[in-house]
Amino acid sequence: MSPAEQNKLDLLITGVGGQGAILASDIIGKAAVTAGLPIRAAETHGMAQRGGSVVNHIRVGNDYGSMIPKKGADLLLALEPMEAVRYLDFLKDGGIVIMNTQPIIPVTVTSGLTKYPEVSDILDFLSEKYIVKAFNADDLAYEAGNRLAMNVVMVGAVSGYLPIPKETLLESVKALVPQKTIEVNLRAFEAGRQKVEES
Amino acid sequence: MTMREYMLGNVAIARGLLEGGVQVIAGYPGTPSSEIIDTLAARKDRDYYVEWSVNEKVAMEVAVGAAWTGVRSVVTMKHVGLNVAADPFMTLAYAGTKGGLIVIAADDPSCHSSQNEQDTRRYAQFALVPCFDPATPQEAKDMLPYAFEFSEKFEVPVIFRPTTRISHGKSDIELGEIPVEKPAPSFEKLLDRWVMLPKNARPRHTHLLSIQQSIEDALAESPWNSLELKSDAKFGVIGAGIASVYAKEALVELGLEVSYLKIGTYPVPRKLILELLETVDTVLVFEELEPIVEEQVKMIAQEAGIEVSVLGKTNGFVPREGELNVSAFLETLKKTFDLETESETSGTSLELAPRPPALCAGCSHRATFYSMKKVFGKDAIYPSDIGCYTLGIQSGTVETTLCMGSSISVASGLYHAGEKRPICCSIGDSTFFHSGMNSLLNAIVNKANITVTILDNRITAMTGHQPNPGVGYTATGEPTVQVSLEKLCKAMGAEFVSVVDPYKLEETQEAFKAAKEFEGVSVVISRQPCVISGKRAGIRRAPYVVDPEKCEGCKQCVKFGCPAIEFNENNECAVITALCSGCGVCAQICKFDAIQEVKR
Repeated sequence: MSPAEQNKLDLLITGVGGQGAILASDIIGKAAVTAGLPIRAAETHGMAQRGGSVVNHIRVGNDYGSMIPKKGADLLLALEPMEAVRYLDFLKDGGIVIMNTQPIIPVTVTSGLTKYPEVSDILDFLSEKYIVKAFNADDLAYEAGNRLAMNVVMVGAVSGYLPIPKETLLESVKALVPQKTIEVNLRAFEAGRQKVEES
Repeated sequence: MTMREYMLGNVAIARGLLEGGVQVIAGYPGTPSSEIIDTLAARKDRDYYVEWSVNEKVAMEVAVGAAWTGVRSVVTMKHVGLNVAADPFMTLAYAGTKGGLIVIAADDPSCHSSQNEQDTRRYAQFALVPCFDPATPQEAKDMLPYAFEFSEKFEVPVIFRPTTRISHGKSDIELGEIPVEKPAPSFEKLLDRWVMLPKNARPRHTHLLSIQQSIEDALAESPWNSLELKSDAKFGVIGAGIASVYAKEALVELGLEVSYLKIGTYPVPRKLILELLETVDTVLVFEELEPIVEEQVKMIAQEAGIEVSVLGKTNGFVPREGELNVSAFLETLKKTFDLETESETSGTSLELAPRPPALCAGCSHRATFYSMKKVFGKDAIYPSDIGCYTLGIQSGTVETTLCMGSSISVASGLYHAGEKRPICCSIGDSTFFHSGMNSLLNAIVNKANITVTILDNRITAMTGHQPNPGVGYTATGEPTVQVSLEKLCKAMGAEFVSVVDPYKLEETQEAFKAAKEFEGVSVVISRQPCVISGKRAGIRRAPYVVDPEKCEGCKQCVKFGCPAIEFNENNECAVITALCSGCGVCAQICKFDAIQEVKR
């Protein structure tokens, strides 16, 4: 890899509207600017996506458009298990999946129209073609002090793969989360980072 | 040192307007355009005027008035908003402007949050008005000060057309200076310009046509168009707007030696197109939505007598609908060069449950729809409108959605056609102020027999909680008159107006029953603040729980469709999750008294 290539990373964040996918990508985006890297991102907006499936594209070290081409993402960060599978067409073969194992059951399932796949089946399927790091990020966030910090746990989990120094990411967390939740979020970040380092 | 900041495209656009010295901004919210005004309204150090108008036509007229005093003004909307504002816009092109006037209409290829995919560049052609089509959020920001100057130089309004991935894309943005000095407003009484009676309009049309060539020539020299000719290349690519970066990325990735023309302005740069056409034998045009550049390229080639094969949307090489991306460009290249297409699916055998967006837990619209359905039943017809409540399609109470404000008029049309079934339409508070008022007035005067439900959640929720005339404050948070929906409806002649709290099912259903019985236009105003803005304003309600001892597993509460209610198959019992906002509607639905408020 050339030095320029080493600073390039295409990352897809998937999840459910309301989980904090936009804040997670903002933390990475702001940190990339501080680190002097070009950054492009595309996200799902609008109140209509509340509870709906959402996907964010993040391209670190990229000068072109914000949309990752099919099979172009190096890494998929899934805030919800079923949403990990929905956008797999964007992940390159042998790419990395970092997944929160806590399901969010959609209304189509609670109202009996359809079934939610077993999380173990999702993991088996993903492991066939990709490198998978899966854990319950909701639990880690709860241990850190607040379930709402799940998105920051996931940023911590992906932090080791980003071409951005850890300190820069932490500064970005501090700047973007609500003032009184900084401590909780810093713990959440560390918990996620540690989980992936261990595995 | 230059300043770089990580910004949403719409925030970058707002910044570009400031760097261009804007003084008046008006608009109506609509995804993907809304954050431009939200950003400008939220700034503390404002030296400009900003408003949310009641609709796009009104907003445009405000911007026109301002520009006629010589200051720089902007009107923002989404693509379909320009249909509403088309009337003043088409004539404004004749009258022209003094201060720079930019019409921002954000296009939404792929209908991420829209009812159609129309291309605003067609309006530019239609009105003979220049159009700027940014390729990246950075370019969007940089184009705006230029667009103001351009508008002033030719004394015409200009269109600025970002697409969803510009408006809602994020990028590192290099900032420029914001000017401190701005011109003082001074309205000059140029009656032959500002009064478009036939005697004045005819020469203005001639004038508008006469400046088209100079506009085209000036734009061709602008930094937004660029031609890279590769010697010996017989294949050329033309990319327009955001599609130009998708094409560029793919070409660099593949290392293809082709000539490349990037277009960012309309009328298209004829000189650059001719230069390209003279060196290649095939040209592929890549642009989002309509084949506008493609049509122009064909015309230019034909006029110049150049034999060249033009590939694009009209001959199926590029899809005409939906949004484009790098992969779409690669697909197009494969088709062009007849290459094998490899399968790109992940080939999952897992059945994924669909996850459509849903009304929030505790959303009062769901409760209103529940009562409406109870009273009007399956046989009734339910025209609806544009807003969060369109998601009520899952409640079986949204059966038509055409455009802003149309629900009441469509309901009237159904009735006047002779439809005998009961008709109950729904419209949000903001949409009612936007253009539903005209439809209600029309329905009353022309004696329709329908029920109109105004879903009054005290905000324009879907686009991100912008104020409307019913909330009592302006875009910048200043207190203002709070317009009463009930008084307004009565003033228009509605004889049946009932205001209900949708969280109280019995009361709401009684009102719907009376409305259904009423001969003529009956209005039910269903009022309860949006759960999100309500929570922000400090409304706290105790959540509810299911008593497993009492739950009979009948699933009536689950069928209500609230995201906070799940069903535990193991013990055949409903469960209320942490999403519960405490509206208490499910407790009223439960026949076994199994759902109760959590006692604090």
